[in-house]
Amino acid sequence: MVEVLSEPVGGGSYEGSLLEVDDLHVEFRTRAGVAKAVNGVTYSVGAGETLAVLGESGSGKSVTAQTIMGILDMPPGKITGGEIRFRGVDLLKLPEDQRRKIRGEGISMVFQDALSALNPVFPVGWQIAEMFRVHRGASRSDAKKKAIELMDRVRIPAAKDRVNDFPHQFSGGMRQRIMIAMAIALDPEILIADEPTTALDVTVQAQIMGLLADLQRERNMGLILITHDLGVVADVADKIAVMYGGRIVENAPVHDLYRSPAHPYSKGLLESIPRVDMKGQELYAIKGLPPNLLEMPSGCAFHPRCPYRRDNCVTDVPPLYPISGTRGSACHYWREVLDDGSR
Amino acid sequence: MSDPTVAQDLIHGGDEPTGAVTVTSTGRPRSLWRDTWDILRHRKIFWVSLVMLIAFLLMAAFPSLFTHKDPNYATLAHSMEPPSSDALFGYDLQGRDVFARTIYGARASIIVGVAATLLTVLLGGITGVLAAFYARWLDAIISRVGEIFLGVPYVLGGIIILGTIAPAQTSPNEFTIMAVVILVLAILGWPILMRIARSAVIQAKHQDYVQAARALGAGPFRIIFKHLLPNSLAPILVYSTITIGSYIGAEATFSLLGIGLRPPVISWGIAIADHTRYIRTGAHAMFFPAAFLSLCVLTFVMLGEAVRDALDPKLR
Repeated sequence: MVEVLSEPVGGGSYEGSLLEVDDLHVEFRTRAGVAKAVNGVTYSVGAGETLAVLGESGSGKSVTAQTIMGILDMPPGKITGGEIRFRGVDLLKLPEDQRRKIRGEGISMVFQDALSALNPVFPVGWQIAEMFRVHRGASRSDAKKKAIELMDRVRIPAAKDRVNDFPHQFSGGMRQRIMIAMAIALDPEILIADEPTTALDVTVQAQIMGLLADLQRERNMGLILITHDLGVVADVADKIAVMYGGRIVENAPVHDLYRSPAHPYSKGLLESIPRVDMKGQELYAIKGLPPNLLEMPSGCAFHPRCPYRRDNCVTDVPPLYPISGTRGSACHYWREVLDDGSR
Repeated sequence: MSDPTVAQDLIHGGDEPTGAVTVTSTGRPRSLWRDTWDILRHRKIFWVSLVMLIAFLLMAAFPSLFTHKDPNYATLAHSMEPPSSDALFGYDLQGRDVFARTIYGARASIIVGVAATLLTVLLGGITGVLAAFYARWLDAIISRVGEIFLGVPYVLGGIIILGTIAPAQTSPNEFTIMAVVILVLAILGWPILMRIARSAVIQAKHQDYVQAARALGAGPFRIIFKHLLPNSLAPILVYSTITIGSYIGAEATFSLLGIGLRPPVISWGIAIADHTRYIRTGAHAMFFPAAFLSLCVLTFVMLGEAVRDALDPKLR
């Protein structure tokens, strides 16, 4: 419906994935010390592909997303290494005005809490229309018409009657739809959704995930879905990257991971999902707390909580061992974990 | 464009060719400003101050509506004559009609009050937004400079600056002296507004919608004018309404000290200053201008309070 970037950054001839995060390091300099939030994260997303980034609070998944978008607060944040390539061009080396052109049109983002992510003093239709007016130079009436179309597209009932309503007049799910409409307004090639359903009811969560999946197929976008909820990603994602302590501990095609996790942390996450056939039994929980980013455990960051721990886990940082062409696990004993299967 | 009601008109207005946008089912959308208006509408204090404000503004704009007498026409034979049917408020020391002079005095006082406030909002607003938005060293410099100005007591600062530029015995022309007084008030008053704007913008800056706007490709200019300013307007508006009143009072203080407005300008402050010595023999020449001054200050303060009550949900 809207023309794609007239001149794509880096040209269209690039052969790798659309977006590649390569060995990214981000730290926060605080008074208490240096918090290493992201320690060498590598992942990639192609057109039409959905990557789910999974991890608990403080695992660095959101910080990675903010770094991709270039909206990380610096200071206290600081990118200490790595590359983020979009169409083969390292975004971190681009000047700010060129990066701004990529935001919204090349890579766009949906935030967790749509109420606070929408400007309270402007009607929602105006906020969507502004995207067209500012970036596409559309006239007011054209932009408004497109805003209504988009609101229809994200399935807001009676969109025509509601364009002039303010964010606080919408329910949580509807607000998230508006946020999504704004994010896809300029036909981005990559959409990052940072916990898009965390603030919503379970029934609404399913609707929003369905909507995101539909839009992604329809527009052949690359979708990065950041979440801590394994339940919401199973049907939508193609591949999963599990993060722990600012590192990717396992990446795998989604069904492989569900069938047989290769990292004790992924295994723990899977086992802590409530299941109907386990009714009456105590629900499994990963013992201990997420690592303190100021004092990361030595060796494997997961070792204090790991049931598979041996002596070398405390001293040696496990690299991401390749399991197959599409899988990797950062565990010295991934074979054992894999053989145990899930539950 | 920073006014959200304008933005709303943007959507509402414009000839909609299909005429399809009919907001009948949900009613008119409720914005912060619409809510504010609904609250204001039901407040007596708002209507009282609004009526008084209109009266004072009419006085300032069209004094001849209220009196046909010439405020500068003096007959010394009438000097200090008390109020009578001939002259409602009596005559002053020079035998001029006090009522006419009080009516004509509104203009200078209100112009100084409003213009000084506008300048304060401009100075304080710009510095405050810049300090909050760019933070770091710019914030440090602006804040420290503001504190230096804030450390100077108002009257003392006025005496020093006005006493240097326009010493008591000189008689600069009408325009110059008003401009100087306006400038002095704004220079001494901007740090407070800077702080208010700064804190409001800092608060707005960390909201998700600013992050979201950045993530969707908005530049600093648009973030400031579309996101930060409209969301910081309320406290600025409240403070500036109250400031108009206090500036009118401050102008009178400077006039009383002989360093503010001075003849040929007609102002309440000058009238009070001219007649303080005759308070026992002819209080009327001082009382009426003083009463109008108080009422005018009260009007703006009441209006400011009404607006604050309506804008601040915590006080509801």
